[in-house]
Amino acid sequence: MITFTEVTKRYPSGYEALKKVNFHVKRGEMVFLTGHSGAGKTTLLRLISMIERQTGGQIVVNGQTLSRITNPQIPYLRRNVGMIFQEHRLLFDRTVFDNVALPLVISGFRPPEIQRRVRAALDKVGLLTKERSYPITLSGGQQQRVGIARAVVNKPPILLADEPTGNLDPALSKEIMKLFIEFNQVGVTVLIASHALSLIKSLGYRTLVLQQGELIGDTYPST
Amino acid sequence: MAIGHSNSRKSKATQSQRHHRLQSWFSQHVDCFFSSFQQLLRTPLASLMTIAVLGIALALPASLYLLLENVQQVSQDWDSTAQISLFLKPKVSSDQAKTLADTLYQRQEIKSIRLISQDEALNEYKTLSGFSDALKVMENNPLPTVLVIQPTEGISPDANQALYNSVSKLPEVETAQFDMRWLNRLYAMMEIAKRGILVLAGLFASGVLLIIGNTIRLTIYNRREEIEVVKLLGATDVFIRRPFLYSGFWYGCLGGIMAWLVVNLSFWWLQAPVRQLATLYHSQFELIMLDIFASMVLFIGGALLGIVGALLAVGKHLKEIQPH
Repeated sequence: MITFTEVTKRYPSGYEALKKVNFHVKRGEMVFLTGHSGAGKTTLLRLISMIERQTGGQIVVNGQTLSRITNPQIPYLRRNVGMIFQEHRLLFDRTVFDNVALPLVISGFRPPEIQRRVRAALDKVGLLTKERSYPITLSGGQQQRVGIARAVVNKPPILLADEPTGNLDPALSKEIMKLFIEFNQVGVTVLIASHALSLIKSLGYRTLVLQQGELIGDTYPST
Repeated sequence: MAIGHSNSRKSKATQSQRHHRLQSWFSQHVDCFFSSFQQLLRTPLASLMTIAVLGIALALPASLYLLLENVQQVSQDWDSTAQISLFLKPKVSSDQAKTLADTLYQRQEIKSIRLISQDEALNEYKTLSGFSDALKVMENNPLPTVLVIQPTEGISPDANQALYNSVSKLPEVETAQFDMRWLNRLYAMMEIAKRGILVLAGLFASGVLLIIGNTIRLTIYNRREEIEVVKLLGATDVFIRRPFLYSGFWYGCLGGIMAWLVVNLSFWWLQAPVRQLATLYHSQFELIMLDIFASMVLFIGGALLGIVGALLAVGKHLKEIQPH
C-alpha cells in the first residue's frame, strides 16, 4: 500500500530530513512511526500526502508512483488519504456536522448521501449528539474525534495520523488509539506517527523507528 | 448478444455517472452563489462600504454618460431649428420684403421661409421679453423686418454655408445670422466630451478592478486557514477559487445596482428644476433616465468587472497559500 525506496528529502538549506529510507506497508496493515522530535516523522507523512515532494528515491502509494503525479492531480490523491493532525485543524466557524461533511462536499456528494455518511462517521466516534455544536465548545479529546470522523467520512483506504494523542491524557489517548484499531480491523491501512512509546508498546503493532532522518528500526510485535 | 448487453449496461452506468456529476457540479454552483452572498451579509458594514465605493466609482462615468445623452437630446431639437435669419435694412418696405421672400422661396436649398414683419416682431418681443412697458415709451418700432430661412433638410454643411454667403450679400439684407455655426461647435465639443467620458470610464473600471481585487485578497487572507484545510482534504483549485469568484460577482453586481440608484436618484432629483427651466424656454424637454439597455450594461458590466477582479486576486494569492 505504501512503499518507500531509498527516499531522501533534502531542503534547499541543505538540511536532510530523510536519508535513504526503505520500508513497505501492506494493505490493511497498522504501523506506528516513532522517534524523537525532529527525527523526520512528520516529513515522512507529508511526503505521502504530497504536501512536500521527495528529492530522491521513489514512493508508491496505493499503486501510484508519487513522482509521476502532477500538481493538478494531487487533490485526487489526497481524497484517498485520510489525515489526522495533532492540532486537529478543524474550522471553528462551522458546526461539527459541517466540518465532518467537508471532504464529501469537496468530492461532490449529494446532500442526502452527505447526511447519511456524516451521521455514520459521527456515530462511529461517539459524537452523534454533538453534530450541531461548534468545535470550540468541545473538549480536546472530542475535537480530535471530530478530526478522525472527518478523515474517515470519505472511506479512504489509507489513514495517516501525526501525533494524534499529542495533547491528550493517557486514558483519552488509549480511546483514540482504540478507534484507529477499529478502522484497521475493517481493512483500512493505518500509519500513526507518535512518540507515546509505552502506549505503542502496549498495543502491540509493527513499529518503525526514525532517528535523525534514518530508519533505524522496524520491529514486529513478538507474538 | 451477451457482449452487447454488457456494453449497453456499461454505457448506461457512465451516463448516469455523468448525469450525477453534472448535477453535483450544478448544485455546488448554486450553493456557492447563495453562500457567497451570505458571506457578504456576515460583515454587513464592511460589505456595504465596499459596495458604496464601487457604486460611486461606477456612478461617475454612468452619470456623465447620461448627462451627455441629455445634452444630445436637447441639441437634437435644435438641429431642426438651424436656420438663417436675415435682418433687412430699415428702409425695405413690407411689400419689398414679401417679394424678396417669394424669390428666395424658389431656390432649391430653401425648404421654407417665414416673414416676420416689424409689427409681429414687436408683439413677439413684448410678450417674451417682459419689456413691454419700456417699449411703449419708444415712438418708432426699432425692430427690423426679419426673414427666417429654413434650409432644406439633409443638405451638406458646405451647401448651407454657400446659401448663407449668397443671401447675406443681397442688397436688402443688413445682417444675416447663421445659427448652425454654434451648433456645429457644440457637436464638436460633445465629441470631445464623449471621448473624455470613455477615458474616464476606463479609469474608473480599472479602479473597480483594483478595489474588488484588493477586497478579495483580504478575504483570501482572512480565510487562509480554511483554504489550507480544504487543500489538505483534497479540494481542487477550481473548488477553492469558486466562492471567491462568486464574491467578486456579488460585489460588482451590487456595486452596479448601487451606481444605478445613485444616478437615477440624482437625475430624478434634477427633474423638477429642469422641467421648470424647459418651460421657460417653451420646451417640452424631459430629462432622460438610464434606459433598460444602459442599466443592463451597468449591472452586467459591474458583475464582469467583479469576476475579473476576483480572478486576478485569486490567481495571484491562492498559489501562495500551501498547506504546511
